[in-house]
Amino acid sequence: MSKSTYKVPIGPIHPSLEEPMTFNFEISGERIQAVDLAPGDNHRGIEFMGRNRNIVQIIYLAERICGICSASHPFAFCRAVENAAGIEVPPRAEYIRVIISELERIHSHILWAGVAAHELGFDSVLYLSWKVREEVMDLLELLTGNRVNYGMFMVGGVRRDITEQQIARIRKTLQYYKDVYQKLEDVFLKDPTIALRTKNVGRLTYEEALNLASVGPTARASGVKKDVRQDQPYSAYADLEVRAITPDIYSGKVNGDVFDRIIVRVLEILQSVQIIEQCLDTLPEGEILSEPKIAKLLGTLKKAKGEGVGRHEAPRGEVIHYVKLNESDSPEVWKARAPTYNNLMSWVPMLQNQEVADIPIVIASIDPCIGCMDRVTLVDSHTYTKQILTRAELRKLSIEKTRRILR
Amino acid sequence: MIIMEYYSAKDLLAYLQENLTENIIHSELTSRKAGVKQEEFYNLWVEVKREKFKEAVKLLMKLQYPHIAIIAGSDNGKTIDLVYLFSLFYGDRFKEISLNLKVSLDREKPSLESITDLIPGAQTTEREIKEMLGVEFIGLPDMHNIFLPEDFPKDIFPLRKNQEGLEELLPKES
Repeated sequence: MSKSTYKVPIGPIHPSLEEPMTFNFEISGERIQAVDLAPGDNHRGIEFMGRNRNIVQIIYLAERICGICSASHPFAFCRAVENAAGIEVPPRAEYIRVIISELERIHSHILWAGVAAHELGFDSVLYLSWKVREEVMDLLELLTGNRVNYGMFMVGGVRRDITEQQIARIRKTLQYYKDVYQKLEDVFLKDPTIALRTKNVGRLTYEEALNLASVGPTARASGVKKDVRQDQPYSAYADLEVRAITPDIYSGKVNGDVFDRIIVRVLEILQSVQIIEQCLDTLPEGEILSEPKIAKLLGTLKKAKGEGVGRHEAPRGEVIHYVKLNESDSPEVWKARAPTYNNLMSWVPMLQNQEVADIPIVIASIDPCIGCMDRVTLVDSHTYTKQILTRAELRKLSIEKTRRILR
Repeated sequence: MIIMEYYSAKDLLAYLQENLTENIIHSELTSRKAGVKQEEFYNLWVEVKREKFKEAVKLLMKLQYPHIAIIAGSDNGKTIDLVYLFSLFYGDRFKEISLNLKVSLDREKPSLESITDLIPGAQTTEREIKEMLGVEFIGLPDMHNIFLPEDFPKDIFPLRKNQEGLEELLPKES
């Protein structure tokens, strides 16, 4: 380590992001030279817990892996079990699953947009975008009974049907988002200050995104056309035209920076609205569960033997679950992977050579499910004296940079 | 990376069989239908010998840069079984194939060549398997624990079937 660098550990607790994680930065002046990631502060051993539960109990456990992706994990898990045991899902249930997942994507992307604005110092944008998000949260509560952890998914279908009155209410919400979409685009994509703070910041090249196996909007913003809904369409996505959204659709080129990640997420809000509309137009009639009696379902699963992979494109990227059934109550193996797991490594090239004041927005740009920075400890490499920066001070640095640009 | 040519799931299996011949222990092609239109998608399960595992990954590299989702590992009491969940031919509708490469390792001294030199993105998942199941990855650049604390006992692997938790942490019966 050269004399001019010093180490900055960030973490493990951070109030604005959900889960704990530590970043160890090596900094020269204002520039980041190297970064080392240390997750695991919140490892709950969920896969271990799954060994003592039956399949239906695991659905609810999977739902609690993440509060924001609480439709994605049970979706992927149910698909894995269905693939392993050869259970068919009724078409109506497939469509309802997709409607719930796309509603989740709308709320997750708007939530992220608010957080990104907050990190840049635009708190009024945070409040306004979260107000816009409330519409879909209310709808999800109406459809499922809960704002988070919907409890909709079941092996072989969904637990609740969507009624005619609810369809009318969904259409109202979709119209609301179509009306408000132009404003979202104006605020996030046409504002000069957001562009100045995010363009050419936290770049991830196409090759890096491929090499580091990035997923979701992080990969698509770097030009990798990877989207499970497009590549291996499942459920109702097989009937719909879904294309991976890359930033060149909007701006004509792929830069792979934070701004491109904003483009992808904002465009995906509109894409989700269109997907739900198509689903409502062609919603098939019929059953919503292949086996409504849970005891009977568990009996079938107890006799099943086989392996299955369940994939779903969550708001943050691909969620993948692997299940091995071996004629017992609990699965022999259950492996769940959240998208942030794969996107972790992408932070290393993104943060390389960036300024300390850009740390919050670059870290937030992959929409992490783990990641936080309650306080920053600056350790001087010569004297080893510690200087603790609170998270508020770090954000202040970020806000000051925005103000400097605004001047 | 430009895709030379899209393979169907059958062609992909034939390509692997041709190049790996008797080193494939078991292979299975499963398909499922999706949606009202009943479009098919494929899962290819291939178990290869431990010695030829890296060669199999190199074969995939010739087709398209394979996307590795995760390694799922399990301990069945005799062997440590790993399943590498790859996806190939992404980028277009209905073209993607899930390739699940399986490899079985000796439980007493499980070791496998690291693929991080081919796919750097495999590092996180290899480190996880290393600390959770005790598989030694030869050539893994970063050997630090990723999810477990650094001072965690080196001979305890939490996801092995014989693990019941650390003895001193379990509540004592009074």
